Parts: sequence; C-alpha cells; structure tokens
Amino acid sequence: MVDSKHQWKAWIYLSPAIVLLLVFTVWPIINTVRMSFLENYSGLEAVGGATFEFGIGNFQKVIEYKRFINCLKNTILLCVLTVPVSTILALLIAVALNSIKGLQKVLQTIFFLPYVTNSIAIGMVFAAMFNIVGSFYGTQNEIVVTAGIINNVLEFLGFERVNWINAGSSYEANIIVMTVYIVWNALPFKILVLLGGLQSINKQYYDAAKVDGTPRRRVFTKITVPLLSPMLAYVVITGFIGGFKEYSSIVGIFGENMGPVDDVGRLNTMVGFIYDALETNKQGRASAAALILFGIILVVTMINMQVSKKRVHY
Amino acid sequence: MAEKNITIMHAKDMGKETSRQKIVKLAVKFFVYAFLILMALIVLFPFYWMIISSLKTLDEYRLSVPTFWPQKVMFSNYAEAFTTGNLGRLFLNTMYVGVVSTLLSLVITVLCAFAFARLEFKGKDTLFAALLATMMIPGELFTITNYSTVTQLGWMNTFTVLIVPFLVSVFYIYLLRQNFLQIPNELYLAAKVDGTSDLKYLWKVMVPLALPTLISITILKMMGAWNSYIWPRLVANDEAHSLITNGLRNAFTDTTGDVNYPVQMAAVAIVSAPLFLVFLFLRKYIMAGVSRSGIKG
Repeated sequence: MVDSKHQWKAWIYLSPAIVLLLVFTVWPIINTVRMSFLENYSGLEAVGGATFEFGIGNFQKVIEYKRFINCLKNTILLCVLTVPVSTILALLIAVALNSIKGLQKVLQTIFFLPYVTNSIAIGMVFAAMFNIVGSFYGTQNEIVVTAGIINNVLEFLGFERVNWINAGSSYEANIIVMTVYIVWNALPFKILVLLGGLQSINKQYYDAAKVDGTPRRRVFTKITVPLLSPMLAYVVITGFIGGFKEYSSIVGIFGENMGPVDDVGRLNTMVGFIYDALETNKQGRASAAALILFGIILVVTMINMQVSKKRVHY
Repeated sequence: MAEKNITIMHAKDMGKETSRQKIVKLAVKFFVYAFLILMALIVLFPFYWMIISSLKTLDEYRLSVPTFWPQKVMFSNYAEAFTTGNLGRLFLNTMYVGVVSTLLSLVITVLCAFAFARLEFKGKDTLFAALLATMMIPGELFTITNYSTVTQLGWMNTFTVLIVPFLVSVFYIYLLRQNFLQIPNELYLAAKVDGTSDLKYLWKVMVPLALPTLISITILKMMGAWNSYIWPRLVANDEAHSLITNGLRNAFTDTTGDVNYPVQMAAVAIVSAPLFLVFLFLRKYIMAGVSRSGIKG
C-alpha cells in the first residue's frame, strides 16, 4: 500500500506543522545548546560580528551568581511547599466529592473555577486581600487605613495582624502568601484528575470491603489510595514540572518587582532569572540557566517515576 | 428457650449496631459536607472579594472595619477601569490574536493529525515519538532563541509575532490523532472505494466526528491568548499590539501599598468575566481537554 505517491501526500499534510516546528522548536533546541557553550554569548554582539569562544563559562557564572542561587532556592521552596499541600487537599476534596450525591455537580463546578482564571488578574485580587493600605511599622505619622481582609479575619480570630507583602515584610510571610495563592490555583486540575480516577475505580472492591466489614480508614489506605496511585503520580509529576516553571503567579501578586518594594527580586524564580538574562541580551547565560532548569525538571521527573514504579499499582 | 433468648438478644444487638452505624454514617456525612462547603467558600472567596471591592467607593474600601456588601454600589468604577486600562483596545487586540491563531492552528493540527492517524509514510512512528519528546522541554528554552529569530525576521511589535510561533502545539496534534484513531478505518476504506479524496473525507467525516476535541482545542487556545503574559511582554510591548493581561498589569502597576483598589478590582473583574462566561457554557469541553493535559491555558 505504501507507494511513493502516498508518501508524497502525507508530507504535504505534515508540511505546515513540520516547517513551524523546525523553526520554532527544533532550531531553538539546537541553538540554545550552542549559545550556552559560547563564552559570554550575546545576541546583540553576535549581530555586530563578534565571535565567542567555546567553553563552559556560562554555566559556571550562572551557578556562581548569588541571584541565581536565590532564584533556585525560591523555586525549590515553593515546589516543596505547594505540591504536597495541594495534592493532599485535592485528594481529600476529591474523595469527599466522590462520596456524596447531592450538590456534587455544583461543588465540582465551584472547585474547578480557579482554573479558568487569569493568574495575573487573580493574583492582583490576592494582593488586595493581603495588602495593608497605609502602614503600621514605619514612620509614626503614617496610619493604617485598612489592614486587608486576611488581617481583618486574623484579628477577628484573636491573632495579630501580619505584614504580608508590603515594604518591610518578612520572607516567610511572602512565601506563605505565594503558597496560598499557588495552592488555590493548583487545586482545580488536581481535583479534576483525581475525581476522574476515583469514579473509574470498580465498585466491586468497595462492596467486597463492606462484606468483610473493613473499617473506613483501611478502605481508604488499602483500596482507594493504591487504586488511585497512577493518578496521584501523574498529579505530583505535573505539579513539580509546573512548580519549577513558576513565574506569573508571583508577577500577579508582587508585580514585576518580584518581591516587596524594599527588596526587589527577592521572590524571583528560575524562569524569572532566564527572562532577566534574556532582556539584558545575555543569551549565553539565559541558555545555560534554561538548560539547568531542564536538567532539574528531568531529574525530578525521573526520581518521581522511580518512586512511583515501586509504589504505583497499575 | 435459651436458644430463642439468644436469637432475640442477637437481634437486639444487631438493631443497636445498625442504629449506631446510622449515627456514625450521619456524622460522617455531616463532616464531609461541612468540609466540602468550607473549602468551596475558601475557593470562592477571592471572587466574592473581587466583585464587592469593585463596587465600593474608595473610602468604603479603606474602612478599617471591612464591609461585606457595598453601602453604595459604584458601577462607575467599571467605566473608570475601562478607560484607565484602555481595556477596549486590549480586548480587540486579544480577540484578533486569539481568533486568527485558533483558526490557523486548527487547520495545521487537523492536517498533521490526519497524516499521523490515517496516512502511511516512512518514519511515521519515529517522527511522532520525536514530536512527543519535545513536550518535555520547558517552553523557556525555546523562547530564548525565538526571541532572536523574530527580531531578525523583523516581527517585533506586530501581531504576527504573537500568532505564528505558537501555531503548532504537539499536545493538540496528539489529542486529535488519538481521536482520529478511534474512527473506524472501514469508513476511510469505503470512502477510498467510492473515490472520495482524502481532503474531502477529512472535511466531511473526520472533522465532524472529532468535533468535541476540536472545540476543546479552540477553547484552550482562546484561553491561552487571553492569559498569555510572558511572550507578549517580551516581543510586543507597544500599545497597538498589547494583549489584555499585559495591559492590565501595565495599567495597574502597583499591587501593594496605597492603591485605588475598587477601580483595579473592576478591571480584574472585566478581564475575568469572559473566561467565566466561556466556562459556564462550555464546561464539559474545557474539563475534557484539561484533564488530559495539565497545561494551564
């Protein structure tokens, strides 16, 4: 059947996609590797006719940068905090949703809502909720006007208000705000996948457990979680991949400052670092940083896969 | 006699068991609902806060004791947000980029998925595997070179630069190919016998049968245009080509400190509204597409 005439036809159908992929996907992969190994490569200077030596200087410089280490730390910290929290919360919500009949559709829709939002726009809403208008720490003639709804709630519950994101706020407070926002943002996808997984579990397992009089907790740990483990692995892996590419949620809350006004760049991430390097025309550095990011994502994904190979029941 | 007593006692025990079980069951049910409703309220709260804040006067927003319903409803905040943010222009730009890129992307994806699903050619499996492998690479890696490429092509600050680099999505090709593969091959062979051309078959049979997937792709692509931020900021930062998210971020630079929140929240609400409308009417397609991707927007 495979004659040359058909081959020809297939390539015509493929050509638009292939041409675009060659220009905007394949070439960038090759070129990024090339630029990363050319010392101090700069696109602007390259146009001017400059040549660059081959070497691993870009990688060395990137790793030595204090800013880069800071970005790496922020990224890893946010990943380590948000992935477990959002996965466990999503699991609890999905199991609860799966066990009820009334209101299931309504609640399911509500839990999916954060997905269809613009992370910059809703980040601005979170900033409003945490922001203090006026100040309570700085000069004396400044007075607090509103401490923000989150602080209002905290004070109502008997806690002290916290400077979450304003000038003078602590790093821990910033990270808490980011964690809350990222978890809020990450829940819908995880709930959707986990609920889909739960609904496909064969009811017979639960009937058998019922006949045996198995307690609820054992049903959860011995039936639900093992049978859901492929979905859990999927959610954790995509969560880590997304987490390492965190950027726009921070822009949403802190703006392009990537940190409180008195400490610009404090919450910058790996992706932020790459864009900063790109904007200052240091493509060599940017490429090196991007390859490091890719390496980290690859390693973390492989570790996840190894762990899930042992734990996941297919 | 004794035996009868035992059976009665046993029956009583059973009765007790079931009534106790009933209470436990009811309590569990109560906790499950309480937990879900609490979580739902937490999830909804930012939306609620956005809307009521957008309707307050600045003075009311700044009250140290917050109000949970605006005392005086200020719809004028919306008008002010619309003009301050120049949202009309941004809206049109985004729609233009969204519609054009979706249409072109659909054509390219359909053709490519058809070739992978129905046509035979050398190296098909290798090529498809290679395409899937590129999905693992973070997009930032492409951006660095694409930035230089579009500069050299002279595409800076045009709509082209916002549309062309993202026309091909390997994920959409994969999604549609899987859908095409489910359509029985007999249909294709029958069409061949009848002398129907591939293109006509594709248009008359495959496309209608794969419509739900195509709708999912359309929505995700439109949402992508609506939510894109990083790439437009790099390559099309002028007012004439600015997209809605960038415009929003640029018009309302400050998020902390002394900010006119009611107007800012009104702008955020305007930007969020179309997404909610789409979601409300096309929930099924969005959820179907999303559960298979893990891609935001």
